Amino acid sequence: MSNPPFTPPDMDAVVTEVLAERAHLPGALLPVLHGVQDALGHIPRDAVPEIARALNLSRAEVHGVITYYHHFREEPAGLHRLQVCRAESCRAMGAEALLAHARAKLGCSEAQHLSADGVYTVEPVYCLGLCASSPTVMLDDRLHARMTPARLDALLAGKSGT
Amino acid sequence: MSTIKVYVSGDSAALAVGADEVATAISAHCAARGLAVELIRNSSRGLFWLEPLIEVATSAGRIGYGPVVADDVPSLLDAGLLQGGGHPCCVGMVEELPYLKRQQRLTFARMGITAPLSLTAYEAHGGWAGLRAALAIKADSIWQQVLDSGLRGRGGAAFPAGIKWRTVAQAQAEQKYVVCNADEGDSGTFADRMVLEGDPYMLIEGMTIAALATGANQGYVYIRSEYPLAFEVFSEAIRAARTAGFLGSDILGSGKRFELEARLGAGSYVCGEETAMLESLEGKRGIVRAKPPVPALAGLFGKPTVINNVLTFAAVPLILERGADFYKSYGMGRSTGTLPFQLAGNIKQGGLVELAFGVTLRELVFDFGGGTASGRPVKAVQVGGPLGSYLPESQWDVPLDYEAYAAIGAVLGHGGLVMHDDSADLAGLARYAMEFCAFESCGKCTPCRIGSTRGVEVIDKIVANQDRLPHVALLRDLCDTMANGSLCAMGSMTPLPVLSALNHFPEDFGLLPEDHQAS
Repeated sequence: MSNPPFTPPDMDAVVTEVLAERAHLPGALLPVLHGVQDALGHIPRDAVPEIARALNLSRAEVHGVITYYHHFREEPAGLHRLQVCRAESCRAMGAEALLAHARAKLGCSEAQHLSADGVYTVEPVYCLGLCASSPTVMLDDRLHARMTPARLDALLAGKSGT
Repeated sequence: MSTIKVYVSGDSAALAVGADEVATAISAHCAARGLAVELIRNSSRGLFWLEPLIEVATSAGRIGYGPVVADDVPSLLDAGLLQGGGHPCCVGMVEELPYLKRQQRLTFARMGITAPLSLTAYEAHGGWAGLRAALAIKADSIWQQVLDSGLRGRGGAAFPAGIKWRTVAQAQAEQKYVVCNADEGDSGTFADRMVLEGDPYMLIEGMTIAALATGANQGYVYIRSEYPLAFEVFSEAIRAARTAGFLGSDILGSGKRFELEARLGAGSYVCGEETAMLESLEGKRGIVRAKPPVPALAGLFGKPTVINNVLTFAAVPLILERGADFYKSYGMGRSTGTLPFQLAGNIKQGGLVELAFGVTLRELVFDFGGGTASGRPVKAVQVGGPLGSYLPESQWDVPLDYEAYAAIGAVLGHGGLVMHDDSADLAGLARYAMEFCAFESCGKCTPCRIGSTRGVEVIDKIVANQDRLPHVALLRDLCDTMANGSLCAMGSMTPLPVLSALNHFPEDFGLLPEDHQAS
């Protein structure tokens, strides 16, 4: 199956739309940032001034919030995003070895989350809430539990095939 | 032939092991064979080692099959799945499974039975009875019932919920709030997620009762961004409850108003601390506030605010329905009621076990959990999340009760139990506790912000045998500073896993028993 050519959404249009929908909420900044990141995949630095203006905040305040929270990203992630849980429950079931396996296979490291070809982002995550079925990963929007290196390889092979 | 009801869970933990594929296979194969089935996506029983679990309604009750994979479906149908026929995956009557039958499910009574968003099913299984009871009495009587029940905060701090509610009720303000902390970041816990995904109206009902008790008319539920399905399901539940008149400007025709909104966190563990969560809800960095003032008097946007964990609010409808004495008849001492324990980590039968306080770790780990998944001996159990102590076997017979745990320097926290087998390196886990603190610290307090990084370095030196004994003394001193000099639990409780690992498993740090005495 061939994918249609990817056209990135227009940043200004997204920001305007999200602000129109959410700027009125009390404590609107997090909902606004979620809206922008959901649409664009990240929060471009160029979007900050308009968000700050609409919410009557300084650019520094908006920047501070974006960089404080692990979920928000200022740079695009890879085409596929693999999150490997490394919290205690998953550690007890081999998560560290699983993370090392994923990084080695996809050419990522602790310092470099994005693979050289830009296809994969491998990130640690601290608990996905499936602790009775550890270890757990999230690949794009799907959770996978009772994970092993072999099952992870099979999942990744499925992604590469599309 | 009549339509047969078949249940497959739609809970995240079931989906993550292939429940959707199983459900699709059941529909497809039944259609191909001309079998009439009604496939219901229910919540999960919390028997996660059996997921994906298929349940089939028979005249005798629900028969379970699990764990299954999609490829098992043809052979299951051949074996008479729809009549509860025998198959290697068949576990018999689900409610007769000892794991479930021996529980005392008060809060989780509907879990695995109903479809999460069905208002009809919720009401048919006791839903809204607590809210109706609350609407029939005065506000003061509501918080008095909660106070009398002895219900304590299930997020970890175990503060009496009734006292908090009374404080907010008696505060004078134009605007008050009810906020639910659903930032369930502790590894080894998933009970909040199960409520949000599996029985969301119960939380809505509990929060609405809190609003009636305190005079609040706006509520927020702060859900962590790692729980996208929980956010989606809960948001839909709010819409449905509002449309049906359980929320909004005229709750069940009473003229009382309460609006509720779900908000998404953004991956910060410390936002599970109540004041950091308030900052986050206000659109700021999730940095801890100094107390006083307590949030009950100056909370969200500076207004009086009830803040409780999901499980605290979820316990309330039953208390209003059955009365404080009924709830108090469970538990021991000042730990009344039940706690949904969550069995996780290296465990054979991981899942949710709701029991009255007073059960022991040994019963939970072996009688329910069946020991480790690896089949090796259990070495340590971390109770209460990343900020909880590691308990060695000598402490597994202490009753799980807030006071009994405090007496041994441990905490129950949110009820998460993470098992580790004998291959675990407790020095490595102690190092990880410091590393996690460094990663998640909000940065406000120096002992937490700097101490955690120094802690990682000191543990590395101990393990590498660089001036080992002086560094052990230094680590203890550092932990003392963190425990006493931090504003919130992040910095003040990180010493619990670190020191419990050091005290109970000194050999993992390269310490000889005589060194340990000296240190």
